[in-house]
Amino acid sequence: MLLKLTNVVAGYGGGDVLQGVDISVERGSITCIVGPNGAGKSTVLRVVSGLLKPRIGQVVFNDRPIGGLSPRQILALGIVQVAQSHSLFPKMTVRENVRLGAFMLNDRALVNRRLAEVEALFPLVRERADERAASLSGGQQRLVEFARSLMLDPTLILLDEPSMGLDPKALRQVMGMVTTMRQTGKTVLLVEQNARAGLSISDHGIVMESGRVRLEGSHQEILSNPEISSLYLGGTIAGPARPTMP
Amino acid sequence: MTTQSPQSPAIPTDRLALIKPIALVVLLAVALAVPSAAPVLFPGTAIMAIAVFTVLYAACASAWNIFSGYTGYIALGHAVFFGSGAYALAIMCKGWHVHSDYGPLLLLPLCGVIAAIIAIPVGIISLRTRGHTFVVITIATFFIFQLLAYNLRFITQGSAGLELPIPSWSGAAFDPPFYYTGLLILLLAVGASWWVRRSKYGLGLLAIKDDEDRARGLGVRTGPSKLLAFTLSAFFVGMLGGLWAYYIESVFPNSGFDALFDVAIALMVFLGGLGTLAGPILGALILIPAQQYVASDRTLTSWYLILYGALFLVVILLLPEGILPTVRKRLIQWRGRRPATGAAPGATPGAFPGGPPRSGPPGRVAPVSSDGGER
Repeated sequence: MLLKLTNVVAGYGGGDVLQGVDISVERGSITCIVGPNGAGKSTVLRVVSGLLKPRIGQVVFNDRPIGGLSPRQILALGIVQVAQSHSLFPKMTVRENVRLGAFMLNDRALVNRRLAEVEALFPLVRERADERAASLSGGQQRLVEFARSLMLDPTLILLDEPSMGLDPKALRQVMGMVTTMRQTGKTVLLVEQNARAGLSISDHGIVMESGRVRLEGSHQEILSNPEISSLYLGGTIAGPARPTMP
Repeated sequence: MTTQSPQSPAIPTDRLALIKPIALVVLLAVALAVPSAAPVLFPGTAIMAIAVFTVLYAACASAWNIFSGYTGYIALGHAVFFGSGAYALAIMCKGWHVHSDYGPLLLLPLCGVIAAIIAIPVGIISLRTRGHTFVVITIATFFIFQLLAYNLRFITQGSAGLELPIPSWSGAAFDPPFYYTGLLILLLAVGASWWVRRSKYGLGLLAIKDDEDRARGLGVRTGPSKLLAFTLSAFFVGMLGGLWAYYIESVFPNSGFDALFDVAIALMVFLGGLGTLAGPILGALILIPAQQYVASDRTLTSWYLILYGALFLVVILLLPEGILPTVRKRLIQWRGRRPATGAAPGATPGAFPGGPPRSGPPGRVAPVSSDGGER
């Protein structure tokens, strides 16, 4: 198990958004968290990336507790987050944006090598290298964000709603790229509002509601569950919450 | 999707690579020749005094740009460091009995160090804020230092000011030492600015300028990065404050800590191009000779303030990005309209293979198309 959250309680200000979340992510898998707005999906990613400290509970990455570490320390451990949308620096060039992904590396040769690898994977980065990131389309910006996330050669990539604002063609390509990242040995923890798109590329699916894990299983199990659609229509899943992983 | 990259090269890259160093060498040669050529070309005028002020302010603008241009934090309190450098030189010359011609010039790095030391606490406090609050705090800091200069009479002699040694150079020999010292500091400031712009550290500063929180998320140590840029900028401005004080041979609270100093510097940088290497120099080359000319005419004294105001309006309305970025943008647009001559081999602009992305077996990854969908 690469990542394990046990009974995590966390939130902003006075309220707890996550109310005892248990999530496990297998090494080399794509795990997709779906759920309605306000379920706490993005908050899970913020806890893992260190942007939000859990009030109660444990976050273990590679057998090491990371619950109290700073975002920078977590980044150094190999966990990279691609934020919900428009996380590029619009006034900077595409190449500068991608180079920033390796900001923590001090070995210039290594950074150049990584850049070459990323450019091979994303020709867009080389073709539009000197253009401002703001001049790219939404789908292209997503790809550059992915390219940037690979510069640290991370073990775990956290993707927050990569489909947001994309047309079907761009969505197909972006989701295909998530699969490609898994094929290169990365583990992906994905949060998706577009449940069908997210689950269809995942090995494991998790459904969250009101800060708790309500359902989990393979993506086929989740997609075929008749209660999922009612959940997205504002209903709730019958039965008690399942705070622990089977 | 656009069908053609606006970056299509109209001029071969190797020719462009040659143009820049040649232009730099020519500019440097012209700058070095000014003291010899100016008295011949403009006899009987104050051209050398204008040249001294121009290099001095160009260096100040370049130094200010290292912080404000790259981080996006608009500091309007750099007169604190200018005045501190000026007073530091006057106090050192007085206290250490420095009277030789070149002695005060050798003390300029120490003026820079003193200004940098002052910048550390000022930066630690003011850089806890952002945006308009930061601007207001820097202005407030400026007024605190000006008041200190008026009131710490045992150090500054209050409104009576301090005098600096008068060099023995006279006539045409008076200005060149100041000019060349200013030029040297300008070259050092531009060199530092160039290094910052090209370094990983500078990349972090630019990220801070675009979005500080996002930059932190990528591992940029935003606080120390901003403070270092602030201190480096103050170091150069402190040296230039010392040079200025030695040139005019005295320093007073209202001249050392001059509210218009920051307005002028900011205007130069905005006019030339904020965050560019050559923009601050271009801004100084336009503004200082004009300001000196207007100020030197008895009938037009103080009209330079109106000139500042009018220029600020022109920059805000017509050149919000400054001259150099605007010219660059127009050039790119012009190139983009020309027929493509340098498309990358194999590149099919606008083409999209369609269907789901290709993917290979584990470890072998298929490249992704450059088309990420419609805008």
